[in-house]
Amino acid sequence: MTYLAKPKFYHPALPKNELGYTHRDYEGSVSTLCAGCGHDSISGAIIQACFELSVEPHKVAKLSGIGCSSKTPTYFLGHSHGFNSVHGRMPSVLTGANLANRDLIYLGVSGDGDSASIGIGQFVHAIRRGVNMLYIVENNGVYGLTKGQFSATADRGSKSKRGAVNSDSSVDLVAMALQVGATFVARSFSGDKRQLVPLIKAAIEHRGAAFIDVISPCIAFNNHVGSTKSFDYVREHNIAVNRLDFITGRAPIHVDYAPGAVEIVEQHDGSRLALRKVAPEYDPHNRLSAMNYLQERAAAGEIVTGLLYVEHDSSDLHEHLNTVETPLNALDTEELCPGSQALDQINAGLR
Amino acid sequence: MPQSSPISSVNDFVVRFANVNGSGSASANELFARAVLRMGIPVSPRNIFPSNIQGLPTWYEVRVTEAGHLGARGGVDLMVAMNPQTWDKDVASIEPGGYLLYDSTRPIPPAKFRSDITVVGVPLTAICNREYSDPRQRQLFKNIIYLGALTALLDMDVGEVEKLIGEQFKGKDKLIAPNVRALHLGRDYALTNLPCPLGLRLKRAQAVGDRIFIEGNSAAALGAVYGGATVCAWYPIAPSPSLAEAFSRHCARLRVARETKKNKFAVVQAEDELASIGMVIGAAWNGARAFTATSGPGLSLMQEFIGLAYFAEVPTVLIDVQRGGPSTGMPTRTQQSDILLAAYSSHGDTKHVLLFPEDPAEAFEFTAQAFDLADRLQTPIMVMLDLDIGMNHRLCQPLTWDDSRKYDRGKVMTAAELEAGKDFGRYLDVDDDGIPYRTYPGTHPTEGSFFTRGTSRDRYARYTEDGSAYVDNMQRLLRKFETAKELVPRPVARAALKPTRYGVIYFGSTSPPMDEAVAMLQDDGKHVDMLRVRAFPFHQSVADFVADHDFVFVVEQNRDAQLRMLLVNECSLDPVRLVPVLHYDGTPITARFIANAIGDHLDALKITPLRKVVS
Repeated sequence: MTYLAKPKFYHPALPKNELGYTHRDYEGSVSTLCAGCGHDSISGAIIQACFELSVEPHKVAKLSGIGCSSKTPTYFLGHSHGFNSVHGRMPSVLTGANLANRDLIYLGVSGDGDSASIGIGQFVHAIRRGVNMLYIVENNGVYGLTKGQFSATADRGSKSKRGAVNSDSSVDLVAMALQVGATFVARSFSGDKRQLVPLIKAAIEHRGAAFIDVISPCIAFNNHVGSTKSFDYVREHNIAVNRLDFITGRAPIHVDYAPGAVEIVEQHDGSRLALRKVAPEYDPHNRLSAMNYLQERAAAGEIVTGLLYVEHDSSDLHEHLNTVETPLNALDTEELCPGSQALDQINAGLR
Repeated sequence: MPQSSPISSVNDFVVRFANVNGSGSASANELFARAVLRMGIPVSPRNIFPSNIQGLPTWYEVRVTEAGHLGARGGVDLMVAMNPQTWDKDVASIEPGGYLLYDSTRPIPPAKFRSDITVVGVPLTAICNREYSDPRQRQLFKNIIYLGALTALLDMDVGEVEKLIGEQFKGKDKLIAPNVRALHLGRDYALTNLPCPLGLRLKRAQAVGDRIFIEGNSAAALGAVYGGATVCAWYPIAPSPSLAEAFSRHCARLRVARETKKNKFAVVQAEDELASIGMVIGAAWNGARAFTATSGPGLSLMQEFIGLAYFAEVPTVLIDVQRGGPSTGMPTRTQQSDILLAAYSSHGDTKHVLLFPEDPAEAFEFTAQAFDLADRLQTPIMVMLDLDIGMNHRLCQPLTWDDSRKYDRGKVMTAAELEAGKDFGRYLDVDDDGIPYRTYPGTHPTEGSFFTRGTSRDRYARYTEDGSAYVDNMQRLLRKFETAKELVPRPVARAALKPTRYGVIYFGSTSPPMDEAVAMLQDDGKHVDMLRVRAFPFHQSVADFVADHDFVFVVEQNRDAQLRMLLVNECSLDPVRLVPVLHYDGTPITARFIANAIGDHLDALKITPLRKVVS
C-alpha cells in the first residue's frame, strides 16, 4: 500500500490551542520514510510549531520539490493544500503561489539535493526576491531515494556508506542565504526540537524570506563513522550561538531569563523573539559579522546553529511589487477587465 | 540609361530601407509607414533585423498596398540604401525598372550601380555636416532628411508627416521644430534638384477604414489584461520580451487601483524559463490567472513543468512567439516551427491545446480566451504567435470586448459547496467531460484540501502506483482533450469561386499572403478551397475538409511539415493526400511563393502521362 491514512481517533484530554484544535489536527498521513529518519522529527517540529502558534491549518500552503524531504509535506498539516512539484523547482512554484494569494502562510520544504544541486538557482532567486515564506532545507548530505549518492552539501573528505570519499567542496546554504539577502536565517538540527520549534515559529511570523537549514541525518545512508552529517557527528560539533523563545504579538511579554542575557527582538507583526545568547560575541543583526563568524567556525570544524540573522524592518516581494491588499486570486472580472470603453480609446490611439 | 522602363505604380509598391542597427533609423522609417497609412493607404511594414544592438545591418520594408495585401510581397521597388556594408546586395535586390535612393556626398564608382534602375542621389552627409555640429544630431537628422526627400519623390502629403512628428514629441515640444526643419531640408533638396515625383507615387485613398495598426505582441499583452491575467512571469528571449513589457505598460495604465495606487497585477522577470513557467503554475494552482511569454528555446526548457501542468491539471497560459530554430537558430527571424514541440510537450503521453492567431486582432482575442480555456479545461493552453505577427506593426480590425462577458473560472468548488457536504474528488469525472473539480488552497478549514503532485494518484488525489487507477486517469485526460475540441476556436473555411477538387490548409501568419496567393491563382484560372486552422485539437470539420478534396495543400513555415504531421497523426489521414508547401528561410512566406508552389503542382497534375495502349 502506498498511502496510509492515520486513524482519526484521539484522546479527549489532549490539550487544545486558541482555535480549539489539538496537536492531532495538524498531523498528516503516516510517514513512509525510514524509521528514525531525521525528516520525521522536523515534520513533528512543524506540527508542534503550527499547533502552538494556533495557525489555521488550511491557511498554510505547503510546497516541495522531489526527494525524501519533499515527500514530508504529506506527513503534516493534512488540512492544508500541498504541492509536490518538480525536482529543484519548488521555489518558483511557491513564488507564483505567493503572488496569487498573499494571505496564506507559505511553507517550502526541500532537501539538499533539491536546493543545493538541481535547484540552487531557484533557491537563490526566491530568496533574493524576498518571497514571504519559510524555506526549510532538510539537509542530510545524500540522495536518499536513489540510495546514497553524495549531494552538494556533503563536506569535502566525508565518507559515503560504501566508503567513497567526497572530493568536492560543499555548498553552505546558510552562507548563500545570507549572501543573497535572506532576512531571517537559522540553522538547526533535527535532533534538537527545543531549538527547532521556536525557530520555525519565529520564521513563520517573519515577513520576507526566512530560511532554516536543518541538519537531518539520513539513517539509511549517512549515519556512519566518517560522515559529517551523522547524529553523533552533529551532536559533537554543534555549537549553538543562542537559544530562542518565541512570543506571539498576542501574548504579554514574559521573559524569565536574567537581565542582560536576553535580547528581545520585535518582528514586523508584533511578535517578539526572546534571544538568549550563548556566544556573547555573536550579533544576529549584522549580516557581515554573521557571515564572518560562520566561516571562522566552519574552518574550525564546528557547526553553528541557532538564529543566525534576523532583520528588523524586513520587506517582501508584494511590497516591492506594490500589489493590492486583496489577494490577486480574489479579484473578479469587474476589477480586472478595463471594459470596452477603454478599448475603444486604445483603438483610437492606434490609427 | 535604364534598359527596363521605370516602374510606374500608384499606391502599390515596396520600399526597403537599408540601415545600420542603432543609427536611429527605426523611428524615421516608422514615420514613413504611418504617414502613408494616414493618407488612407494600407501598408504592411516588416522589420528585418539581426540579433544585435549596434552596428550590424538592419532593414525596414514597407509594402504600400491600396488593395490591402498585408503579407510580404517579395522584391523591392525602391531601395533607400543607407548602409555601405550591404550596398551590393541591396542594389542587386531592386526589381528591374526600380529605384535607388542613396547618399551622394561621396562619389561612388559607376560599376556599383545598375543600368536598369533609376538612381536618385541626395547628399545627406553634406547637408547634415553643413547644418549640424553635434555628431549625434548629424546621425539622427540624416534619417529625417531622407524621409523629407521621400515625401517629394513619392508625392507624399508632408502635412501628415508633420502631424505625426507633433504627436510623437508631444510633451517634448522643443524637439518638434528641429525635426520638421530637417524634414524640409530633405524635401526642399529633392524638389529643387531631383525629378519629383518618381514613377512610384502615393495618392490619398480611403482604403484603411477603422482598422488599427498594432504589433501582435502588444495586442496579445492587451488580451492578457482583458482576459484577467494578474501574474506574469517571464524571462527575456527574442522575440517575446516586448510582449511581457507591453503587459507591464498596459497594466500600469489600466490596472492600478484608483484610490490606493496599488497594482492589481504582479510581473516578475524570472531567472530563467524554468522559473517563469514554475511561477505561472504556482499562481494558477492558487487561483490567479497567470501566463508567460517565450519562444522556442524557452519552450524547450519548460518541458518538464508543462508535463506537470498537464498531469496535475493546472490551468496555464503560455504564449510562444516563434522564431527560427532549432537550437539558437535564427533568433530574429520568423518561423512556425514549434508546432510539434508544443503539441506534444514533455515526456510521457501528453497532448496540449494550441491556438493559432492570424494577426494582432486574433492575438488579442485568443490570448483573452486562453485564460477561460485554461480555467475550463485545467490544462496548459499555448498561444502560437510568431515573430512576423509579434514584432511587426500590422493593420487589423479594431479590438473588441463584450462588456457582458464574465470570466469563466471553470469548475471550482466553493466553501459553501464543501460545507454542504458535496463530494470532492480532485480527479473525479463527475460530468463525464473529463474535467474534474478543483479547490483553491485555503478554501475550507476541514474539507477540500488535497495534494497536488506529478506522481500518479487516484480520483481523490491520493498517491498510488496501481495500474488501473493510473489508466483510469490517463483515459479521463483523453476525454478532456475531446471536450477541448468543441471549446477551441473553429477553423474558418472559404470556398473557391468555382467548384474544385483541391483545397489548402494554413494557419497563423501565413494568412495574409495566403489570401493574396489564392487571388493570384484565381486570376490564373486555378481554384482551391481554403481552410484556416485556428486551434489544436482539430475540429472534426478539418478531417471532413480533407475527405472532401482529392488533394489538400498544407502551407506552413517550417522544414518538416509539422502541421501536416499533426494532421496525419491526429486525424488518421492518408499522407499522400496532403501536399506540403514549405517556406522556412526565416523570411515571412510570400504570396508569390505560395502561388508558384501550388500553381506548379496543379500544372503538373494536368500533364497526362503517356501510356502504351494495350491491344
